[in-house]
Amino acid sequence: MIQPGDLIASLGSWLQRFLLSLGLAPSLVSLGVALLPAILLPVISLMTAIPLIWLERKWVARLQDRIGPNRVGPFGVFQVFADMVKIFTKEDLIPQGADKIIFSLAPVLAMAGVIGVWAVLPFAADVYGVNLNVGALYVIAVGTFGMLAILLAGWSSNNKYALLGAYRAVAQLISYEVPMVLTLLVPVMLAGSMGLNDIVRAQGNGWFVFLAPLAAIIFMIAAQAEVGRAPFDLLEAESELVAGFNIEYSGMKFGFFYVAEFLHSFTFGALGATFFLGGWLGPGSETFPMLGVVYFLIKSFAVYFVFVWTRGTFPRIRIDQMINLSWKLLTPASLGLVALIAVVHRATQATPPLLQAVVLLGANLFVFFCALLVMRSMGRMARERSTAPRPGSGSGKTTDPGQGAVARPASASGD
Amino acid sequence: MALAQILFLIVAALGVLAGLMVVTVRNLLHAALWLIVALFAVAVLFAMLDAGFLAVIQVVIYIGAIAILIIFAIMLTRREALTAGPQDNRLWPVAGTLCALVFLGLAWSASNFAGAQSGPAKLPASDALVALGTALVSPDQYVVPFEVASVLLLAALIGSVAIAGDRNPSK
Repeated sequence: MIQPGDLIASLGSWLQRFLLSLGLAPSLVSLGVALLPAILLPVISLMTAIPLIWLERKWVARLQDRIGPNRVGPFGVFQVFADMVKIFTKEDLIPQGADKIIFSLAPVLAMAGVIGVWAVLPFAADVYGVNLNVGALYVIAVGTFGMLAILLAGWSSNNKYALLGAYRAVAQLISYEVPMVLTLLVPVMLAGSMGLNDIVRAQGNGWFVFLAPLAAIIFMIAAQAEVGRAPFDLLEAESELVAGFNIEYSGMKFGFFYVAEFLHSFTFGALGATFFLGGWLGPGSETFPMLGVVYFLIKSFAVYFVFVWTRGTFPRIRIDQMINLSWKLLTPASLGLVALIAVVHRATQATPPLLQAVVLLGANLFVFFCALLVMRSMGRMARERSTAPRPGSGSGKTTDPGQGAVARPASASGD
Repeated sequence: MALAQILFLIVAALGVLAGLMVVTVRNLLHAALWLIVALFAVAVLFAMLDAGFLAVIQVVIYIGAIAILIIFAIMLTRREALTAGPQDNRLWPVAGTLCALVFLGLAWSASNFAGAQSGPAKLPASDALVALGTALVSPDQYVVPFEVASVLLLAALIGSVAIAGDRNPSK
């Protein structure tokens, strides 16, 4: 009865028949069979965090010419378990004057905002929580809970550093949500659907990363900022904020934020694979859905590796540079890209797919070079302004020549 | 059907309770959080009526944007989120009467509504989202209200830039 290609569906129907044969009421059985994946999916996603943390620490260590965890178990694979025991035995502190309920609610919300995304991720042709027809929007909607969690964590801690960290974090998340939503529109337009599984299916002729590479790049940058990791890790800029919004958290409550961050990064990797790298598509993935899971995981880890690579390589940028990058470069570029792709995609609907792909690629490159030109001239203007002697105001601010466009202080950007 | 009704009752009761808490709790931030619960309950009701798009939009706009804005405003303007003053003024009987009248009117019209007895109508099999999209841009449906709303939003955007922008760029 159980076919190797269609494992999950056969398992479900086998379980249903088994429970019915035990003499349970049919309505109860169907409810249980429906609830089981709803419980399993969050558990699996949480379990994923355990190898992820080890893997990322190892990767970053290698990138930075260190060894990384290597004491507990072979290659340090059991380091995470040791950390878990440590974090469970820590004292659970609630600071004086804190809002107790909100203080405890915030880590849960942070985790919920990440795990909720997994409900719509298509792991294979028929392995997914639900194929919502508004999947792409749902991903954005669930992400807002993470933002809410950070704000609440910062406020309820009754600590001004935590509150300051939360303000900066939310300013960053709101800023980078705009280019992220805009770039997600590109695969939605190309696929003609917001359902994630439909978007994956639409990439059968060509992954969207080839049709819209600029959208993929902007998505990667925005995702890195949404997770709040280097080079965008101002949420916990330790020289200024002590530890950011989660300074007052200890024990497993801190662990929730920590795990949520790692899981969020991987979830964005999975989303990037779904939107731009063809998700579970690959040779033979239609006939053997379980093969699709393998492809999906390989692609997700590939995108995730780029995130980790970026994190281990780039230095942290300043907050004004970060906000400038989003509002002055990424947002206009993604707006222009969305408008151009909408027109080009519509105009070349009748042409053969290869020609259409080439034209779309050309449109991407056009926007990319326009953005580069604007950045160059802005950088030159910023350099001239910073080197020219200015009467009155102290001109001690020098900008990095390579990043002139985004390196200007916010106060000097009024014109 | 019975399960859907039970779920509806739970969600509706939660929404009403949250709405009451919004106006009765003394801590402003807690009020904002109860507002989020109320808005989320409405989103769940949308989802239960097969209006997934509206449910998600409800979460994105009301919880993701408006509630965050409210929380920001409270945090930035208040030292203490607790209000010590009275929670009502001498006009409360008038407001209460008006609310009761509106409620009675709504209840009366809802009880006269034929669909109230028969449960939700079956939606056509086609994608509701596509239907919504075409309705918004087809000339014989909603293109004029849609465009008017767009112009209004654009005017609001430009207005906010004009108000917040630097009046004296030479400075």
